[in-house]
Amino acid sequence: MTTMDTHVPSAEDTLGPGFACLADWVTTTDHKKIGRLYLGAGALTALASLVIAALLAAERIDINRELLGAGSLTQLFTLQRFGLLYLTLAPIVVGVAVAVVPLQVGARSIAFPRLAAAGFWAWLVGAGLAVYAVVMNGGPGGGEPRFVDLFILATMLTMAGLLASIGSVAVTVLTTRAPGMNLRRLPYLAWSSLVMALALVVALPAVMGLLLYLYVGHHYPSLADFSGNQAFGGVVGFGFTQPFTLVFLLPVLGFAADAVATATHRKVGPRGPIMIGMGLLSLGFISVVAQGAPGLSAAFRDLSGGDKIKELIPFGIAYGLPALGALLVVGPTLQSLRRKPAVHAGLVFAVPAALLGLLGAAASVLSGIGDAALGGTVYEEGTMGVLVAAGILGGAGAVLHWLPKFNGRTVNGAKVAPLALVGLLGGALVSLPMMIAGFADQPSGIFPTVTGDGPIVNFQDVSGPVALWNSLALVGLALLALVVLGTIALAFLGGSKDAGDDPYDGLTLEWATTSPAPRHNFDAIHIVKSAEPLADLKISNRSDA
Amino acid sequence: MQALPTAPMATPRRQVFVGTALALGAAATALGAMLAMWLRYRDAAISVPGGSWLPKDVSVPMVPANVMLIACLPICIFAQWAVYSAKRQDKPHAGLALGLVALLAIAVINAQAYIYSQMAVPVNEGAYGAMFYAATGTVVAMAAIGVVFSAVVAFRYLGGRTTDVEVVSAHALYWYVFSAAYAVLWFVIYVTK
Repeated sequence: MTTMDTHVPSAEDTLGPGFACLADWVTTTDHKKIGRLYLGAGALTALASLVIAALLAAERIDINRELLGAGSLTQLFTLQRFGLLYLTLAPIVVGVAVAVVPLQVGARSIAFPRLAAAGFWAWLVGAGLAVYAVVMNGGPGGGEPRFVDLFILATMLTMAGLLASIGSVAVTVLTTRAPGMNLRRLPYLAWSSLVMALALVVALPAVMGLLLYLYVGHHYPSLADFSGNQAFGGVVGFGFTQPFTLVFLLPVLGFAADAVATATHRKVGPRGPIMIGMGLLSLGFISVVAQGAPGLSAAFRDLSGGDKIKELIPFGIAYGLPALGALLVVGPTLQSLRRKPAVHAGLVFAVPAALLGLLGAAASVLSGIGDAALGGTVYEEGTMGVLVAAGILGGAGAVLHWLPKFNGRTVNGAKVAPLALVGLLGGALVSLPMMIAGFADQPSGIFPTVTGDGPIVNFQDVSGPVALWNSLALVGLALLALVVLGTIALAFLGGSKDAGDDPYDGLTLEWATTSPAPRHNFDAIHIVKSAEPLADLKISNRSDA
Repeated sequence: MQALPTAPMATPRRQVFVGTALALGAAATALGAMLAMWLRYRDAAISVPGGSWLPKDVSVPMVPANVMLIACLPICIFAQWAVYSAKRQDKPHAGLALGLVALLAIAVINAQAYIYSQMAVPVNEGAYGAMFYAATGTVVAMAAIGVVFSAVVAFRYLGGRTTDVEVVSAHALYWYVFSAAYAVLWFVIYVTK
């Protein structure tokens, strides 16, 4: 009998181990790797965004000294806003959702894995092109038309990539849950990711549609209001600010609730109000659908009763309900800590992330009140800063919490607690001084403005210690960058090996598989009978014993 | 640790259909936002005394615009016919229906190109030109993607995947939403002008 050699050379045989590893990551369709690609790239872009924000804060410390050229300030301000939202907050929360949610719902893989991977690469390429365009004097306010066009297209590509990946997560939750896992039995991270995905599916395409108008209007210059390079903020600015950005807070709070439940070995409840709270938090997307945040006008007190109601209802939906939703989630989550939780790495980051998230949601409400006269001040930057800090802490916590499922390591919670406290301090310093400065009318935006004879600082009339506020913000940004660097180091080098399959005595399905989780996630599909399937099993085992 | 009770290998529940629905929701909101902005600019233009939204010397050729809308009806019927045939493993009729859908969709694209040539609106003539081409171009892109979708579904089905009815259903959903989106665009852009 003739035998045939059926050996097919592997990539490692032909390319060598280094290239094979690279090729594996570049072509991967494993959701855990795609999620980690998002988190890794998001960490690097977060560092870059924090550095840019720090440069702007340094510029503001001494209002009479110009550190950076007036021209580059415009570009840096653009990059800061774009970077903090779409290169920091968004990839972190989307990365966590892509990496963890399929495990939580008992799926063997993410739905449309190639689409999810393509989404990551589209986001990465779009982000790179956007940064390149701004550096080349493109972007809003840029003077090079070709690169203004490129920035608009790159922003659309970035959003499309995020949509593709988070859409895959939504389809996974809707179609590939384990048997018995209805939507009410979803872990909080999975539910919050689903809600965020649906909100983004509604909101981001609306921003992209208007970006298309901007592109056509700019590429074929006309007299249209949106044809100039200054029109970006007016036409799509609502896609880069609160209350829309609160949508990205959802997975942070979902992770916090799951981490507390794992640490206390009890469910965090009541589930109904918490899940409703997450739904309410997503209502920030209304500001995009309405193409502008419906705030209360400055003359609100003088309005008639009927007109007051006309303003209050949309204001309540866009600002009030998301803040109420955050309270409905964070309140019971923190209340559960009375049960003496075990100090896990995830927990020590989850609590400050939840606190900062609640602060961000609450602070957003004030920015919509016209009588407070906070529009156009740095108050909005402070609110954005606290949301970004919550995202960074939430992302760091999620990475360390689920690290056993990624690389089989566990990190000691007590040892990383100082890093979490540094993050909490950083978040407070980034936001609170800016909020106070906002009340003192420190203007947001680009400065110094150049008029006539030379540079004029346009906030020289601001009362209060401007240098102190901006110095504190600078320190806060540095602390957040430290948290990002520390998390990267811990994820790659820290912790102990041999974590075990269920190192935290968890409650949800991801702890039922091996550490690290295999490519197909689970050897067997599990039947779920409650929101805490592993807790049911452990109680049953104890009863049997 | 003792394992949880296990279930037989489950297949994903209507993954393509749900994914298509989400994608269509995204496309619909994009178009909705664009049309909302269109209406805002139109309102601002006509609220000025003597103001006009439609550029001078430009008229909207209603016949091809109406034909496009009318074509959406058979597109939906043929798409549903494909679902009906696919459920009955009726390969010839399913293939014929999918082919007719693609053919009519190409006719829709052709009609839109005819409108472009007849109207001859300069793209850089105020807000109207830029918005007109961006909004109608989005619908043309949706129609082109739909043609590709029809071709893929047809090749899959005629190639032997006759039990894969879900994809044919997703295809029908695509054209239903396309028709609704075009109907809204037709009313906003071509009827109210």
